[in-house]
Amino acid sequence: MPSEENPRSESAVTAFKARFPQVADRPSLDHPAVNVPASDVPVLLKSLKEESGFDMLADLTAIDWAEGASPRFTVVYHLYSTARHDYIRVAAGCPDDSAPAMPSITSLWPGANWHEREVFDMFGIRFEGHPDLRRILMWEGYPYHPLRKEFPLAGIETPLPDLEVAAETGAGLEPAPMMGGPFVASPGQINMTEAEPRAKDESWTERHEKPNP
Amino acid sequence: MVSADTDLTYNSKIEGDVIVSRADAVINWIRTNSMWPMPMGLACCAIELMAVAASRFDIARFGAEVMRFSPRQSDVMIVSGTVTYKMATAVRRIYDQMAAPKWVIAMGACASTGGMYRSYAVLQGVDRILPVDVYISGCPPRPEALLDAVIRLQEKVNREPSARRLFST
Repeated sequence: MPSEENPRSESAVTAFKARFPQVADRPSLDHPAVNVPASDVPVLLKSLKEESGFDMLADLTAIDWAEGASPRFTVVYHLYSTARHDYIRVAAGCPDDSAPAMPSITSLWPGANWHEREVFDMFGIRFEGHPDLRRILMWEGYPYHPLRKEFPLAGIETPLPDLEVAAETGAGLEPAPMMGGPFVASPGQINMTEAEPRAKDESWTERHEKPNP
Repeated sequence: MVSADTDLTYNSKIEGDVIVSRADAVINWIRTNSMWPMPMGLACCAIELMAVAASRFDIARFGAEVMRFSPRQSDVMIVSGTVTYKMATAVRRIYDQMAAPKWVIAMGACASTGGMYRSYAVLQGVDRILPVDVYISGCPPRPEALLDAVIRLQEKVNREPSARRLFST
């Protein structure tokens, strides 16, 4: 519980916002959140880390608002204050929608290294100044960024990363059979029999077409 | 192969140092009772695989307790877990390094079909890159199911025409 002498981060966030006029409020249901311009991210995060007490980078991720939106990509930072046990959310839109980029913050938190690699791998956002911006989950040379909105969950046909193995086995990446999936329970159903994924019509597969109603 | 009936078993006092049998029977007897697994532990099925090696289930009863972490010394690859496309090429390369004769057990839903991972990143069944001999259902399978798979693989190997394969050109 925050005591009177040690209030949660309200005053620190207020002071931060007063000091930097380019910081705008961001709607949030839980923690304080701000929108910041992409070019100022390293400066502002450095200030939050060293002056406002948000000393830990809890998460670094991104949002794809889908094609047509601008800014299409937003990078989101969650900072944590280990003294006050409180978070702040910092969001920055990537200025370029087709070749998104964001300044790297690996100089502030070395732990951001792999987070930024993952965001680069999944969304294709380049982090400028990153020491080693390679894919981290998919392999080098994979042509897509799977968490972009236009990428289908089932995947896109692609050759295997190892051409020798691909030639030997004849295998490659094929779209996974979704068979009516993804298999999630229907929310808000009290009756478990109706809520379960199998209650949906999944009698059809890739080989047997879905019958017309 | 082993019988309690002493009339049918080998009696060295009567028969001397000679055993008459079929080459297939001898070769398959040797092969089935010393199948050294290559534990390809890729996900949670590998935990069950460890349990199979431990005392309660004891895969040693079937001669398969010698987990070889080198493909060159192993006979049966137990693919236990989710095979991602990134890992699939490594799995295949390890399989290629195993010396023949070699077999593959696909343990669990993920290795057999991709399981619940209908995703861009997961190989939908390891049989797309490896010749699988035995599939095990379950997510994860009980250790008994893996023992059952080992027994079934032994039965399958016992039916193989090993001598013809070995000695024919």
